[in-house]
Amino acid sequence: MARPYDAIIIGGGHNGLICAATLARAGRRVLVLERRHVLGGAAVSEEVFEGFTFSVCSYVVSLLRPWIIRDLDLARHGLRILPLDCSFSPLPDGRSLARWGDPERTRREIAAFSPADAEVYGEYGRTMMQMGRIVKPLIDAPAPRPTSLNPARLVEILGHARRLQALPRSLRTRFLQMMTMSAADFLDLWFESDVLKAPMSVSGIIGTYQGVRSPGTAYVLLHHYMGEIDGAFRAWGLAQGGTGAVSLAIAAAARAAGCEIRTEAPVERVLVRGGTARGVVLAGGEELYARTVVSGVDPRLTFLGLVGAEHLPAELCERMRHFKLRGSSGKVNLALDHLPEFTSRPGIGPHMHGDVAIAPSIEYLERAFDDAKYGEPSRRPYINVVIPSLSDPSVAPPGKHVMSCFVQYAPYHVNGGAETWPERRAAFGDTVLETLEEYMPGLTSAVLHRQVLTPWDLEQEFGLSEGNIFHGELSLDQLAFLRPAPGWAHYQTPVAGLWMCASGTHPGGGLMGAPGALAARAMLAEGSL
Amino acid sequence: MPVESPFHPRTAPLCESYRWKEWAGRHAVCSFGTTVDPEYLALRHACGLIDVSPLFKYEVKGPDAAALLSWIWTRDVTRLAVGAVAYGCWCDEDGKVIDDGTVARLGPERYRMTAAEPSLRWLSRQARGFDATLRDESESVAALALQGPTSRGVLRELCGSEAADLEFFRGTRARAGGLELDVTRTGYTGDLGFELWVDATDAVELWDAAVAAGADHGLAPVGLDALDITRLEAGFLLAGVDYIGARDAIIPSQTSTPFELGLGWAVHLERGPFVGRDALRREARGRSRGRSRQALVGLVADWEAIEELHERHSLPPSLPTRAWRESVPVYAAGRQVGRATSGTWSPTLKQNLALATVEAGRSAVGTRLELETTVAYERHTVPATVVERPFFDPPRKKASSGAAAEEGA
Ligand SMILES: Cc1cc2nc3c(=O)[nH]c(=O)nc-3n(C[C@H](O)[C@H](O)[C@H](O)COP(=O)(O)OP(=O)(O)OC[C@H]3O[C@@H](n4cnc5c(N)ncnc54)[C@H](O)[C@@H]3O)c2cc1C
Repeated sequence: MARPYDAIIIGGGHNGLICAATLARAGRRVLVLERRHVLGGAAVSEEVFEGFTFSVCSYVVSLLRPWIIRDLDLARHGLRILPLDCSFSPLPDGRSLARWGDPERTRREIAAFSPADAEVYGEYGRTMMQMGRIVKPLIDAPAPRPTSLNPARLVEILGHARRLQALPRSLRTRFLQMMTMSAADFLDLWFESDVLKAPMSVSGIIGTYQGVRSPGTAYVLLHHYMGEIDGAFRAWGLAQGGTGAVSLAIAAAARAAGCEIRTEAPVERVLVRGGTARGVVLAGGEELYARTVVSGVDPRLTFLGLVGAEHLPAELCERMRHFKLRGSSGKVNLALDHLPEFTSRPGIGPHMHGDVAIAPSIEYLERAFDDAKYGEPSRRPYINVVIPSLSDPSVAPPGKHVMSCFVQYAPYHVNGGAETWPERRAAFGDTVLETLEEYMPGLTSAVLHRQVLTPWDLEQEFGLSEGNIFHGELSLDQLAFLRPAPGWAHYQTPVAGLWMCASGTHPGGGLMGAPGALAARAMLAEGSL
Repeated sequence: MPVESPFHPRTAPLCESYRWKEWAGRHAVCSFGTTVDPEYLALRHACGLIDVSPLFKYEVKGPDAAALLSWIWTRDVTRLAVGAVAYGCWCDEDGKVIDDGTVARLGPERYRMTAAEPSLRWLSRQARGFDATLRDESESVAALALQGPTSRGVLRELCGSEAADLEFFRGTRARAGGLELDVTRTGYTGDLGFELWVDATDAVELWDAAVAAGADHGLAPVGLDALDITRLEAGFLLAGVDYIGARDAIIPSQTSTPFELGLGWAVHLERGPFVGRDALRREARGRSRGRSRQALVGLVADWEAIEELHERHSLPPSLPTRAWRESVPVYAAGRQVGRATSGTWSPTLKQNLALATVEAGRSAVGTRLELETTVAYERHTVPATVVERPFFDPPRKKASSGAAAEEGA
């Protein structure tokens, strides 16, 4: 029998790879097993059509923790992030709003819709930044343990409480509002113009099966604001070569530290003997042994799929069945012969270099959710577009373009059942193009190829249960010490020697890397590895 | 008052930011837009077009041209093949650097030398007795830098394959439509890139042709702010900022030798006489016995420490969006051992970089120093480490045309 590994990581998503790299750099013998032929999971680049490289799933890098970039020396391993300078919202009536890195320019743009909003916009940004400072240490450290009597932990929690206490009264109020309100209501406290509020509100609903008027979505605004408050790194950007370049840089760092990585190596189950994880069994029957097994897939797949209910407390299995995954988004990637213009702002200008939000009003977004609530894809969905080839010519042939469209809502539990999605795929792609065509005439005829991913495809191809892009919604009941389950929010599981390291753990989903790094640190600190 | 560069009719209407500065008596754009990022990104991920006409340019011609340049330069220019370019510096009699630049051999007896400072009078005085003629081309020749990973594709459309396939530090005569120009594979960004040298009267036409050729390659006009960030990432010195030319120094301690600037590799001592040779030989001997005064190094500041300093003031860390060049004291164990002369946040490396001149004993790679910094009106220091230069050195910079590294790294 081959010498067991110190750690086997199931899944070569960016979190699995970060966990592996961190363990390998600490001198551990590590093996990563990835089911697909490429690394990266949802953070992947693939040349889907000749000459066109798509960021197949995840498309903007905003949350990737800067300390991970430095710790793993990712710049040396090839990571290049191209900041996005603009958020553009075209309107069907020919008007448009662009928000820029340049505050004066943004102020003027907003003032065209509401002088009052233009004035308060900067203040909103500062307030979010201040509140982000309270939350930031939470996402850069393991979740607090509210039930622990360990004095060290209490001090930690007090530390967070003190940060909150140290805020001026008005900010404390804001913070509590934000923890409970809907994204739309929270923005109503600040702004009057729908044209501004709509694109701002969407970060409250990304990846959730909720609408911008659903309570609890305001907090998620802040979660997504973290990338921007880390303005020091202007980390809101595109990875050169597509999002997969992030994963490849991490993989290069892992390999440089001696980590072994195997692709096309699907894990069928975790080997559990006597309540302890001993290794894994691959789809072909091959058994691999390790002192520690780390799951880089989502919690439901981990527990109910790879471990099995027979090894787990019933309570946890129950929680996993109810864990809110309910995917609500899809992705359409286009290879374009040329780039059409927006009617509302002609010319191929800098407004196209950032992200483009099809979110003309709060009502539009709420209606999009209404369709989804009753099991249909939105007739007019929210679409977030980026055109990476404008700032990174390496992803398309000269003169041609790549357009990435994130689409919400596309409910996993569609009428007729999730397995009917393949029959609906073409229509879903058409809806996206028809919607965009209203803002960018001529788009459909410029399309050379298209790749349409429904939530069903995200589950089948990328192993995301119910197609949830974050391995579980980022709602308050599924965050911090509740992620993925109360009592199991510190990367450990009821199975000895089995750990979790991906987006379903604290601090959550997105191309952030914190779960992978914090999990690795926890394992090293615990000492069994 | 500065005058206009030959590209002014094109650059002026594009300069939305109205941010200009003077460069060698010319109006030069700092950044076309109000933010520098897009221009920096064009240089590192696509292609930037920069007006570098204000460089001083001298044509040296005649049977003794190579001998004259070898007499002035620290490098033996007689070894330079036709079509080759070299980077180097020149010194005064005491072996102190006056200026740095490039020499391109454009023909058997024809060279072009660039300089940061006006040098005609000094050159003419050195030229006595040589069968060579000097011509100041600073105004008659306009220059454009075409820099970045897609610059080769642009140049191929603009001038064809011979120019596009040039090796690193080579040059050729080329045509762009009806225009004649010189193309060299050189630049100040430390990346794949070219410089185009053209008659000032043809400047506008060349600009238009380059912009048209660049349309499908992400070409963008770029100003000096973005150039400054890239030159720091590349670890290149700037005369008048990172060192003071011997003719501008007011006191001797302001001057530097090529060795002190890390340009020892560009000093050819084992040859006939040249300006400063004896002093440089003495210095080289002294250095081999461990005697040297100071050294120019690359520094990387500890980000964690910067973050922590801000945290102490309850501030989020903030970063300059442009390079800086106000010199800042550098300490070791609380004692000042040198100065950082310019620096930048590197958007590519995610590091705070600086060039610094420090005591020679403190210049080894890995040495820990402290850099002065101000946070919330208070003076502090942050730890910094001496690292190898260039800070950023993509393989495509030197790679041959067709090499896999071209679009990557
Ligand atoms: C369409 C889409 C768009 C998104 N857009 C953004 C965005 O713009 N910005 C952002 O920050 N985030 C975005 N996200 C979210 C983000 O991409 C994810 O949260 C993140 O990439 C998840 O990383 P992970 O490492 O935790 O897990 P994953 O990336 O899901 O990695 C899990 C890995 O495990 C592998 N695997 C599964 N089962 C097995 C098995 N049995 N054996 C072996 N391997 C297995 C999978 O193939 C996969 O590689 C998006 C996600 C999607 C789907």
